[in-house]
Amino acid sequence: MTDDLEAQFAQWRHYVQRRRELSRPDAEELEDHLRGSVDELVAAGLHADEAFLVAVKRMGSLDDLSREFAREHSERLWKQLVLTGAADSPVADTRARRDLLAMAVCAAGAAASVKAPELFGLNFEEDAAFYGPNVGLFVLPWLAGFLAWRRQATKALVGVLLALFALGAVAANIYSLAEDSQSVVLTAIHLPIALWFVVGLAYVADDVRAPRRRMDFIRFTGEWFVYYVLIALGGGVLTAFMFGTFEAIGISPEGFISQWLMPCGAAAAVVVAGWLVEAKQSVVENIAPVLTKLFTPLFTAALLAFLVTLGFTSGGIDVEREALILFDLLLVVVLALLLYSISARDPLAPPGLFDKLQLALVVSALVIDVLVLLEITGRITEYGTTPNKAAALGENIILLANLAWSAWLVLGLVRRRAPFAALERWQTTYLPVYAVWAWIVVLVFPPLFNYL
Amino acid sequence: MKVTKDLVAASATPMVLGILAEADSYGYAILRRINELSGGELDWTEGLLYPLLHRLERLGHVESSWQAVAGERRRKYYRITESGLAELADQRRQWDTVVEALKEIWHGGHGDSRPLIAIPLGGHA
Repeated sequence: MTDDLEAQFAQWRHYVQRRRELSRPDAEELEDHLRGSVDELVAAGLHADEAFLVAVKRMGSLDDLSREFAREHSERLWKQLVLTGAADSPVADTRARRDLLAMAVCAAGAAASVKAPELFGLNFEEDAAFYGPNVGLFVLPWLAGFLAWRRQATKALVGVLLALFALGAVAANIYSLAEDSQSVVLTAIHLPIALWFVVGLAYVADDVRAPRRRMDFIRFTGEWFVYYVLIALGGGVLTAFMFGTFEAIGISPEGFISQWLMPCGAAAAVVVAGWLVEAKQSVVENIAPVLTKLFTPLFTAALLAFLVTLGFTSGGIDVEREALILFDLLLVVVLALLLYSISARDPLAPPGLFDKLQLALVVSALVIDVLVLLEITGRITEYGTTPNKAAALGENIILLANLAWSAWLVLGLVRRRAPFAALERWQTTYLPVYAVWAWIVVLVFPPLFNYL
Repeated sequence: MKVTKDLVAASATPMVLGILAEADSYGYAILRRINELSGGELDWTEGLLYPLLHRLERLGHVESSWQAVAGERRRKYYRITESGLAELADQRRQWDTVVEALKEIWHGGHGDSRPLIAIPLGGHA
């Protein structure tokens, strides 16, 4: 066979393998058929090129062929996540098995870590001041460990990861904070966020500086969250059945469920969800961007309706204690909507209706937030500040800065003045800001506010 | 004259099982054998053959394995199973019935070969 003919076969194979209906062994079988056909035509006196063309023509269009295959193998049109035993390639299979094993070890580790403090006489109900700030430290190192193992992180990076987790442990335990202090709650919220960025460092271990990998970490975070929620729902169903069935035979499983099943399950699920995202990355469509597409128009409508109503009633926003946190969360949601549509957008696509919708969403969120901020700074200067207010205000400003500049970049995109890449780069460069802020709240706030 | 698509599809299973009952074979050779047997009158496509082979495999009528026969490419060979042989026997009985019935109608049950036109006969075969 000539090289030329082989190149044609390679190209043909490439086309066939893109068809989801045709699995790899099918493609090989069809290729063998094509080769048989070519051989016969060459034997009949045709030139190799001609023989190839005739043979391909005889086989008929790939569309027809795929349709026939789909009738027999309709399951292939549903992408399935084959965890192990994938028939396509033995190398991938071994890899999948090793991943599965590592995941099991890490998940077991996370579950054991959550229970370990009980050996020292602590328990969930009475030592909330210990468990609250430390919860991220029991679980996230295992997830980071799994990811670092998968990426074959360098020794230096593993050292950095260990140092950061140690720093987290110090921050969580060095200050003796009262159980009902604001600082203990703030640490319980911010330390997991700070540690999540450490997990991010493990995630990008193979290429720490690449903005592309940071975007991947954003995608990972979204998918991880979706999977975690799904696992939690499943866990809820399991718990309900367990409770009901054991109650029916007169045994109360309440202690087991609240002391073992729920804490260990929740901890292990963190690792399992991370592993699932890794395993299904290229198999299943990302769901977070789909949710984004669904909810961007709805949130835009809700925010615009709020602004219009506010304008008509012309009463100010009644800023309660919780209001600032509520509006922080609103900004987080808007930012997430922006981030996950960025994460799924084709960088080269021209600006479309959806980009305009997004601009409307971001701008209306900004307007609302500025109104709230004006109210709240007045309050703070009037009554003095607390750790809660300072943290909420700081977050608000960080998110506001991000969204304001994003709005400017989206405007540029819609007006075709700025490339999409600028928006993407802005978001990936901004990521460390959140991490630094979370660390500041955890490390600096308690002494700054006299352990209030 | 080309045999209609429906008829090709209906006869596909016994055809493939029959060929595999002769000897183990692979896709391209099966298609050639069908061509040979029908003098090119049966219009089989790859889109008919391979999904059919896969269905027969799923039903357990044939088994497949990748083999390299000396001096040739590695190919996916199909082999008929016990259940495939049983299926073939069953299909054969059905086809015999159909063919017998058609013969009776067309040749009037007397073994003579009249032209192929509909002739109303005396009620029994």
